[in-house]
Amino acid sequence: MTREGQGAKKRPKAAHPERGKRTKKQRDHHGKHHAEHKTRRKHHKAARHRVAARPHGTLPVVLPTAPASPPPASSSPAPAVGSAALTLQQAHRLLWRAGFGPGPGQVDALVGQPCQQVIFSLTRPSGAATLTGPEPVDEEGNPLDPANAWGEDHCWWLDRMVRSDQQLIERMTFILHDWFANSNTQVNSQQLMLDQNNLFRSMALGSFHDLFLAVTTNPAMLLFLNGTSNSRWDPNENYAREMMELFSLGADRGAYTEDDVREMARSLTGWRNDWSAELGNYNFRFDPEYHDSGQKTVFGQTGNWNYEDAVRLCVSHPLHASFFVTKLWGYFIPSPPSEATLASLQGLYTGSGYSIRAVVEAILQHPDFFEGPELLTPPVVYNAGLLRSISRPIDTTAWAWLSANAGQQLFYPPNVSGWDFTRWLDTSTARARWEIASYVTSKTYPNPWPATGQPEYSATEEPAAALSGALEYWANPLLSAESEQCIADFAQTCLKEPLASWERSPYRAMRQNALRMLIATAPDMQVS
Amino acid sequence: MARSCSCNDFTRSQLLRRGAAMAGKGLPRIEPGMPVPAGTGIDRRTFLLRSAGAALSVYGASMLSPRQFEEGIARAQAAAGPSQPVLVSIFMEGGWDALSVLAPVEEAKYKELRPALGLAEGAGRVFSEDENLMWHPSATGLAELHDEGKVTAFPAVGYEPQDESHFTSRHYWEVGQLDANARSGWLGRYLDLAGDPANPLQGLSLDYSLAPALATATMPVAAVSSPADYTMWANGLDEPISGPAVATFGALGSLAAPSPAFAQARNASYDTGLVLDTMASFVKSEEESGDKPSVTYPAGDFAERLAALAAMLHAELPIKCASLNAVGSYDTHSSEAGTLSANLEQTVTALVAFQRDLEARKLDQRVLIQLWSEFGRRPKENGSGTDHGAGGAAFLIGTRAAGKMVGEFPGLTKLDVNENVVPTSDFRAMYCSLLEQWFGTEAGLVIPEAASFERPVLVT
Repeated sequence: MTREGQGAKKRPKAAHPERGKRTKKQRDHHGKHHAEHKTRRKHHKAARHRVAARPHGTLPVVLPTAPASPPPASSSPAPAVGSAALTLQQAHRLLWRAGFGPGPGQVDALVGQPCQQVIFSLTRPSGAATLTGPEPVDEEGNPLDPANAWGEDHCWWLDRMVRSDQQLIERMTFILHDWFANSNTQVNSQQLMLDQNNLFRSMALGSFHDLFLAVTTNPAMLLFLNGTSNSRWDPNENYAREMMELFSLGADRGAYTEDDVREMARSLTGWRNDWSAELGNYNFRFDPEYHDSGQKTVFGQTGNWNYEDAVRLCVSHPLHASFFVTKLWGYFIPSPPSEATLASLQGLYTGSGYSIRAVVEAILQHPDFFEGPELLTPPVVYNAGLLRSISRPIDTTAWAWLSANAGQQLFYPPNVSGWDFTRWLDTSTARARWEIASYVTSKTYPNPWPATGQPEYSATEEPAAALSGALEYWANPLLSAESEQCIADFAQTCLKEPLASWERSPYRAMRQNALRMLIATAPDMQVS
Repeated sequence: MARSCSCNDFTRSQLLRRGAAMAGKGLPRIEPGMPVPAGTGIDRRTFLLRSAGAALSVYGASMLSPRQFEEGIARAQAAAGPSQPVLVSIFMEGGWDALSVLAPVEEAKYKELRPALGLAEGAGRVFSEDENLMWHPSATGLAELHDEGKVTAFPAVGYEPQDESHFTSRHYWEVGQLDANARSGWLGRYLDLAGDPANPLQGLSLDYSLAPALATATMPVAAVSSPADYTMWANGLDEPISGPAVATFGALGSLAAPSPAFAQARNASYDTGLVLDTMASFVKSEEESGDKPSVTYPAGDFAERLAALAAMLHAELPIKCASLNAVGSYDTHSSEAGTLSANLEQTVTALVAFQRDLEARKLDQRVLIQLWSEFGRRPKENGSGTDHGAGGAAFLIGTRAAGKMVGEFPGLTKLDVNENVVPTSDFRAMYCSLLEQWFGTEAGLVIPEAASFERPVLVT
């Protein structure tokens, strides 16, 4: 018996508070959504049994990359959805892509509101974030120890994703963790990783120039890319190369030469730190004695450059703006921006003093965001979203290894280029998401075989009511008509009538649990 | 509170996985006494997968029913027979320092460029094909295999112009061409061409996820993950409802998908459904399998996976290409001496055990191991480490390896414009020769511009 199981055992079984309250408005929205799907794919026939899929290999999806020859920046604004009323489908997409999925009632609250106003409520939060609900705890109810205990760093952050009312701040922090991907495997200090995380959060919507400078001298980064092993006697190219290739300019665009890498490394020299058995790495500082004060030529410009110049030279490079806006765009929209949009976003970015907020606002308001193809949902977002939808707080540290199995453990990206957002789903990770969903239900599932004296599950629940109840359990997620039909067919056929009297309640409880699993793990729920 | 018996299985799996994750280790092993689901048809090839401490994950087996899948494996097995050549691709991640693996200790320039990291003369075995070079002491096992004529060395392999990005260079090696936008792997394209649509085992990643070099356009390929992967357990869900539920999970994967992302999600569900259908019979504890290697492997995931691979080949599973990551990372910008030595030692020891195991099982004529990395490192050290470079080291290991060095070591006096080792062989030439001499396939169908590359003799 796992800790999860024990938890489930201790907790008295109670009807889910939201069950049975699906509103007419929600049903109508679903119906409308289905009608749209049917129009789009009217030749489709709902599958009752497994049918052979078309041949498919195992290629990655394609995400946008900045072109080698971007258009010049433009001062005309990118197209925007403006103040049109937010639809149900748009609300789901916005909450999944700019945050960590909708909580109960959240979609309904936003539908019909002006798009721009809803987006500004995400991009322009005021004051400190409010974390609503119980504080995160481990299996025994103890507070988390994110700086020391394995996996509790992951769960500490997951809690913020679940509970923060500033969802876009957390989502941007998550994006920046991938953008400047450092792993605790090398940094070897959860505290330094948490410090970096707080840095990302505090500067998530500020100036990218300021952020880039802060990251350049951040202790976790200095350790991860050998910034404090880089001295005038022995220049180390690790940060110099990645700051251009991955953080600001991009590979294979002709943005920099190998000579630039070397000269940039010299410019960045001078950072040191001390180490002791007690404190580990500490006392990170710039020491002019260690800095190469000679002339360096970077991107054709010569001077006695230092780390501040290094960052400035990158962000003022003619290919930086196109890199920045395309990379940021790709975290929200999988199809590439048009030439005109790329030109506008570059103009917006440089014209606003490298404002991350300005570009994010423009991306979220872009028609491509709402009208374009689906985006794969990263494992951590998926996990947080399921928890949010049933209002479950962090009450176990299992999420760390469950999420690792699905391909993403926070603070442990696979390498400096971050996670591979083009290959999230395969047969290993799809199964791991099932496992996540199963864990999420562990304290609220109806037990088919309740102990004596405990209430039994309905012995009469009809298939349609079962499906509707399961959808409500997850706060009414959006499924395609085809998927919902497939699941409805299962609900209709999985009980082999006539059932013996002792089977009626337990099998209906199992059906309810199965429906919840099928909804949460449906392919529809892996994309937004 | 009553819980179904499957919860015991699930619980153990969870604990195993958790323990593995916390230790930063890979695949946990099957425990003795782990329940064996009811069912018939367990045969040698299936339970050996379990003895690998791993269940099988199948990718892209799109057109197959479970029964076809089983039959497909059997058919591929029968058609291929025991003589089918196998290539085992092993990636040394991060760009290993070729100048430490085969160190030019006799060169004055080496001592000048490597005052701290340079290996001392006599510390390791002399490389018999070029006495200026010395094997790293941790690579002595490779030196011994080389003495037996079982190692083909590429002392300076790469391409020009060298891209010093990890990710671009690794990608070039994976896709077998200098094209940043290519998506299928070079082994994947070979399998698309020569593979069997009913045999996902033909391309096997021994890892948590699929190696990009194995990415296919149409053919199924497989990956091995942990023992828990063959079941899908959920709270309060058991027979007779769980079977139809899991079938529906797979069926959701066969529906129309309006976008590439949605298609990836659907395909993964569909294929996972297939795996689940198939896995039910892939169960038997290691004790019952009776398969014990006659050699001793070192500890660790890498060695365990190699041992499992040898057992699977022994069972005549129809594997054509296998892919593994070697121990550790070789991106040694600092603290190189200790890191490289430790990783190399573990990797080489496991590889030698694998080769000896293959020899003992009389499989060694069938298997060639390819050891590769995305680039070599900079000749001039940066203190305690080295930065990204160009020409690097690669090896082919096996009883049928030609054993004759491909491209000489060019020395350190004439470096390229970025002060890196000039490559004297091209990785695409290696691929072309492997395709033609090992797989008997026309290289031009897999490698773009194949005609422009030489064909070094790699196989006897």
